[in-house]
Parts: sequence; structure tokens; C-alpha cells
Amino acid sequence: MTVHHPAPRYAPFDGVLETLTAALGADIVSAIEQHGEIVIHVVRTRIVDVLRTLRDTHEYQQLMDIAGADYPSRAERFEVVYCLLSLTKNHRLIVKVSTDEATPVPTVTELWPNANWYEREVYDLYGVLFAGHPDLRRILTDYGFQGHPFRKDFPLTGYVELRYSEEDKRVVYEKVELAQDLRQFDFMSPWEGADYVLPGDEKAEGAKP
Amino acid sequence: MSLSLEQSPTTGDEVITNYTINFGPQHPAAHGVLRMVMELDGEIVERVDPHVGLLHRGTEKLIEHKTYLQALPYFDRLDYCSPLAMEHTYVLAVEKLLNLEVPLRAQYLRVLFAELTRICNHMLNLGSHVMDVGAMTPNLWLFEIREDCLNFFERASGARMHAAWFRPGGVHQDVPLRLLTDIADWLDTRLPQLFDDAMSLVVDNRIFKQRNVDIAIVSRDDAVAWGFSGPMIRGSGIPWDLRKSQPYDVYDRMDFEVPVGTRGDCYDRFMVRVEEVRQSARIMKQCLAEMPEGPVSSSDRKVSPPKRGEMKQSMEALIHHFKLYTEGFHVPAGEVYVATESPKGEFGVYLVADGTNKPYRCKIRPTAFSHLQAMDFMTKGHMLPDVTAIIGASDVVFGECDR
Repeated sequence: MTVHHPAPRYAPFDGVLETLTAALGADIVSAIEQHGEIVIHVVRTRIVDVLRTLRDTHEYQQLMDIAGADYPSRAERFEVVYCLLSLTKNHRLIVKVSTDEATPVPTVTELWPNANWYEREVYDLYGVLFAGHPDLRRILTDYGFQGHPFRKDFPLTGYVELRYSEEDKRVVYEKVELAQDLRQFDFMSPWEGADYVLPGDEKAEGAKP
Repeated sequence: MSLSLEQSPTTGDEVITNYTINFGPQHPAAHGVLRMVMELDGEIVERVDPHVGLLHRGTEKLIEHKTYLQALPYFDRLDYCSPLAMEHTYVLAVEKLLNLEVPLRAQYLRVLFAELTRICNHMLNLGSHVMDVGAMTPNLWLFEIREDCLNFFERASGARMHAAWFRPGGVHQDVPLRLLTDIADWLDTRLPQLFDDAMSLVVDNRIFKQRNVDIAIVSRDDAVAWGFSGPMIRGSGIPWDLRKSQPYDVYDRMDFEVPVGTRGDCYDRFMVRVEEVRQSARIMKQCLAEMPEGPVSSSDRKVSPPKRGEMKQSMEALIHHFKLYTEGFHVPAGEVYVATESPKGEFGVYLVADGTNKPYRCKIRPTAFSHLQAMDFMTKGHMLPDVTAIIGASDVVFGECDR
């Protein structure tokens, strides 16, 4: 594919995918190169060894980020995405594992100390557990917050809102009340398979049999 | 600051009393709403536990519910000291997914304003760092430069801070010619005068050096392991600059130097930023000299809207405009991690598209997250007043850290 975009250009990936596939062998679930990124999906239990191999033998020295993502339709709904950077080879790499609400992912805090906060963040926002993490507290949400706000089934407005109460002389938490329902537009056209239900249609459906 | 006395676990003659104090969340030297629970032995810092998230607004979740264009202004509000640098990463990520060509003039304009943003950001950081360690005057002079930068943003985009001027496919509007000549004049006259005057008070100042030299030394290995980037990794002596090594837009045509530190202390980080300001001015001059004429946004009407005049004449243009500002454009499915050299370090966006007009997931990689969690090991063994110097030299902003 010809590259037209002006996004960061790093060293070409010639043969990198083959080398890594050969080196990681059976730990890989899938490995693809698309949009100029190499994305490697690995077995959850092997993540520490995979990242150690990548760091020590393949020169991906820096862990830049750990991102969570939620795909509720999948059997293992969460993805934990590790973004690696090689300072010497001038490459980037995306490594990811998948998990569900109950299964913990092994922590990588032993490999990179800065994984500590990143894993806390994924735990806070998605509820993914990290086995062996030294200090798995919430990090971004409020003290005493309940739930994991970035899950797709958590409403955008949340469940509670807070205000300063003049009577109680403190901040009080109350159930969210919206003057108007939050509007979500869906831009699918009928040609793309949108299934519009017009009010009243259900009567026709019911009358049929 | 609240103070609580803890009972020492030691018994007998020797009584060691450790204090736990609360630094922030409302503290002028915390550069925002940072709460740090510090354990002190006298005035020596034993342990620091930074509590972040007091400014968490759920930006990433909000972005999932907005179209790609509507999501853009949220980036201005992340690092509110360098808004255009944040937008830059996002538009590049969207362009990478779309594989969209951007006209050359737009790329030059983006680099020009990204560097102006860098100067603007460093003015705030250098000034407040100097003020954190006790000097007043340089901050006031540097704010004059910052004010000039904000005026330039206003003349380009109509907004002083939250510009929303970079768009997928280019920039929103072309700049007036007079603005470019004024920037050129400013680079030759006001910037060097004010900046050199302010720096002449600081860089060789004995008090300033006493407060910064040999404070929070970070070795090369530590800087790599803790995921440092930007002036923090360069201060530790690693010549790593994404503008050089992974050039985006027209940075590969620019001629500039990457300053590095030698000792990895707060003074080095400060001096790296000072030199970066001069290099940014150099890049801006090259941009102004080389900038070609031409369109400033992509000609792909499925992504970037037509001009107002065109809409008066062409039905198709009107339809495109309507579709782009209601439905927005669709981005092909895929995932990218795009990172640029923001003034504070590597600012990244991990963008997952599912083929619709809204991002499926937009993870923002803040620069401050790695730098701030290293606070514990950087402050260990230093005095309480050094903590403000260390925060100042790490250049954290909570709009971006907490998202």
C-alpha cells in the first residue's frame, strides 16, 4: 500500500514480522501487519516471557503505554494492549492479550517499573485484574468510586453526581438526574443494514399470526 | 498542608519520628491538582505516593461517543499549556488510518504552529520552574512571550488556547500573510531579546544552580526503564527526539539540533528546554522561508469540508458539507498507535476504528504518567523544598495526566 499520510515514519518493518513470529513460536495467537503497525496477539499466560524476550533479545527497551479495550461481544471481552518502543531499532510494536472479568493477567511490573500505574489504570477503568501487581489500587477515579467506567456497558453519564450541600456543609453524592435523555444518533443507513423500528410497527408484527 | 505525627516503631533511647504530610491537591507548586502523600524524616523525603486523577473527566469515554471531528477539541483540553501539540497527534492518527494525503502547505503550517506551541509551553514551564525555586522576574518576562504566542494562535484560529485548528487532512483555515510576517519579525526581535534577558538572570545564577544541580539525577538506564521521553530522557543524555528519529509532517526537511544533558539532573532538564526554545525558533524560521503556496486542507471531499464560497455554487459541495458536519466521515477498521514529540515528551494516541464514524477506542498516552510515577525514586533522599524543583523540571500538567 502506498503511504500518503504524514504520520511518524520509523524504520521499515522488512522481515520484522517473520523474525518475531519465529522467535515467539507457539506463544503467538495471531500476528498481523496493517496500517503500518505490527500487532501481535499472544497467549495471556505467556505475556511476561514474551515481553521479556522482546525487551532483552529484540531490543524493544521501552514500554510506552498499556491500553485496555472492551469488546463485549467476544468471549474474552477485554484486551490489554502493550505499546513497545525500540530506541535502537527505531521501531514500534503493539502486543496484546485478551482476558475476561475474572481471569487475571500476569503483571509486567517486574520488567518495567512504569507498568505499575498503567496496570492500575486498566484495572480502574476496565476491572481487569493483574496477578502479582504490588499495589492494585484505583488511580484515576474518585476515592470510593464503584464500577469500571470505561466498560462499554457503563453509561456515559455514570450513576452518581456530586455537589456541595449547603445544609450538610460537605460534598454529597446523588443519583444522576438528566433534564433530557442523552441523545445518541446512529448514522447507519438502511443499505448498511440498519433496522429501523417505527413506533406502532410492533402492533403489525403482533397481528400477523 | 496538614500535619500528623506518627508514633515511631523504634523503642529505647533512639526515637525517629517520621512525618506524613499532604502536599496538595491545592498547592501553588504542584502545577495543578496533584496530591502527594509524603513521608518525611525531618526534612528528608523518605517516600512519596502521588495521587492523581483529581482532574479525571473521562475524555477517552467521551471521545467514543463523538464523531472523529467532534473528538478533536477534547485534545486541546488535555495539555492546556500546549494545545496544538495534542491535536497534532490525533490528526496524524486519523490520517494514518485513512491513509490521507495532506497538502504541503498544511504540513508546513502544522510544523510552524507545533513549534510555536513548544515555545509557548516552555515559557510556562521554565517560568514556573524558576518561580518554584524562588525567582520572580524571569517568569513575568517569559509570560510576555507566552502572551505573544497566544495572540498568534488567536490570529490563526480565533481562539487563544483551545484552537481546534488542526483538522484531519490539514488545518481549518489558511493564515493571513500578515501573520506570517509578524511571526518572522517576532522571531528576530522580541523573542530573542526577552528570552535571553530572562535566561541571563537564571542560567548562571548561584541560587538557581544550588537548587537544581545534582537534584534528582536519573541515569540513562533508569530513564529508559521508566519510559521517560522528551526533555526528561534527553536530560539524561539519550539523544532521542521523535521529530528526528520518526519524523512526521515536514520535520524531515527541517535542520535542527537535539540538545542533551550530561548529568541527568533538574538543571540539565531545564537547560535542555532552554535550548529547545532556540531550536524551535530555528525550525519556525525555516518553515516561514520554505512554506509553499497552495491549499491548506485535503482535496478529499469525503474527509475535509468544502470552502464556503464553493457551497454557494455547487450542490455537491453543499451535500458534502452537510454530511461531514452531521454524520462525519467513516474511518476504515484497524488500530494504530501514533506518537509525536509534544513539548513534554512522547504524547501518543492508540486509536481503534471499527469502520463507523466514531472511534471505537481512543487511548491517550499522557507524558506525565511515566514521569510522575518516577517521583518516588527521584525524590528519595532529597529535601522537601527540592520536591518543587523536581516537579517543575518534570513539566507535568494534570489536564493531560488525568484525562
